[in-house]
Amino acid sequence: MSTEATLRRTPLYEQHAELGAKLVPFAGWEMPVTYEGIREEHAAVRTHAGMFDVSHMGEVEVEGPGALAFLQLALSNDVAKLAEVGGAQYSCLCDESGGVLDDLFTYRLGGDRYLIVTNSANHDADLAWLGRWSREFDVTVRDVADRYAMLAVQGPHARAIASATLGIELPPRMRAVPVRVGNRPALACGTGYTGEDGVELLIDPEIAPAIWAELLDAGVVPCGLGARDTLRLEVCFHLHGNDLSPERNPIEAGLGWCCAEGTGFLGSAAVAKARAEGPGEKLAPFKIEGQGIPRQGNPVLAGGEEAGIVTSGTFSPSLEIGIGMAYVRPELAEPGTEIEIDVRGKRRAARIASKPLYEKER
Amino acid sequence: MAEANYPDDLIYHAEHDWARVDGEQATFGITWYAQDSLGEVVFFDPPEVGSTIAKDASYAEVESVKAVSDVIAPLSGEVVEVNEALGDAPEKINEDPYGEGWLVKVKLSDGGEADDLLSAADYRNLLDA
Repeated sequence: MSTEATLRRTPLYEQHAELGAKLVPFAGWEMPVTYEGIREEHAAVRTHAGMFDVSHMGEVEVEGPGALAFLQLALSNDVAKLAEVGGAQYSCLCDESGGVLDDLFTYRLGGDRYLIVTNSANHDADLAWLGRWSREFDVTVRDVADRYAMLAVQGPHARAIASATLGIELPPRMRAVPVRVGNRPALACGTGYTGEDGVELLIDPEIAPAIWAELLDAGVVPCGLGARDTLRLEVCFHLHGNDLSPERNPIEAGLGWCCAEGTGFLGSAAVAKARAEGPGEKLAPFKIEGQGIPRQGNPVLAGGEEAGIVTSGTFSPSLEIGIGMAYVRPELAEPGTEIEIDVRGKRRAARIASKPLYEKER
Repeated sequence: MAEANYPDDLIYHAEHDWARVDGEQATFGITWYAQDSLGEVVFFDPPEVGSTIAKDASYAEVESVKAVSDVIAPLSGEVVEVNEALGDAPEKINEDPYGEGWLVKVKLSDGGEADDLLSAADYRNLLDA
């Protein structure tokens, strides 16, 4: 097919092919969905250590005397809270009406230097948006996506293995530190998308294959986007394009905690209004009670009437049931509420649950 | 099973289904290729015993973690038995697609339809094309 020629490949494409990964198109990239099986990879992250090539994600550097003021306008969170170099923060990127253009992590690299990690499907649009709004500020917005390969090493043993294998000291959760990996400058971040401890490494693309091989030799299990999705959904992390979109505001999505309307960010008036008046719908996690696997787009029913829509749904490898998240009327969003999911014409009993859907036994 | 395998004693539908015909009755399932493409099967939603299924039409669903797939009937008939064991162990469809991973048994309504299906050699050629 002619479209295949246009798919982009990460610096680790050869490694994926060599491992026999099932490669699929994802947001314009040819990405591994699984190597040995989603359930196995999922279990590796929950019990040991897995690694994901997430080099398709984009990076944008924002630098200059006006960087903080600009980011306070562009990002929903209070960027001033990144007081120290090495801070990490989750944010929404909203349009003027409060719609969510993307959700992203921002790391403070230096005094007035920040790195933003974008979702690959939104990277170009985010860059254009940031560029447009930066004009009033003494700041430079730079596309640095080609400078980084990104590896997420996740799981209860991920930190120890990564630290020992790469010979680096890793930052605590929600912190980022400059390190040297493969004798090149790199950024180690105590963040992830799995609900497990771990690190995300932003490294030089040239050394990515060697680092991947070292971690593989150290027993870290290669994991694809399939397990990444089941892991994140079990802990109710949002996926932009599914659970977040320009048609939804952060309050509906349950992301009010990362919105500081006092900063006057773009869309803050709409977000403040939604917070004050209450959202029209709320994103709520649910579990299927018996058989059936919910999928994105399935209608939610309450009392036999249509009452919402599933935005993410899958089979949970940890719980071995169907799980998902759906936008429903606020009164239905309470944990324990009985609902039904219309799964391709079959009504499946389900119940709204509290976050996270999966929690480690303590 | 890890390696591609298409037994010679079965007949095949181009939508990656197989039939083992035994007189007026046949057993249906999905091929090695189908289960490999789908990945680990986590749910089989069978038709009801007694329901009528039509050649080339969907009669059941198999789901992996990531995807749902319709199962196409290779031949027409009435469902006389479904593989109940798949309720607790849908992974049999991956592990043994031609044996313990069978899906349904059907009383055929038109034995002549079998002439439209592919031999193992023809099905392998289709996959290689």
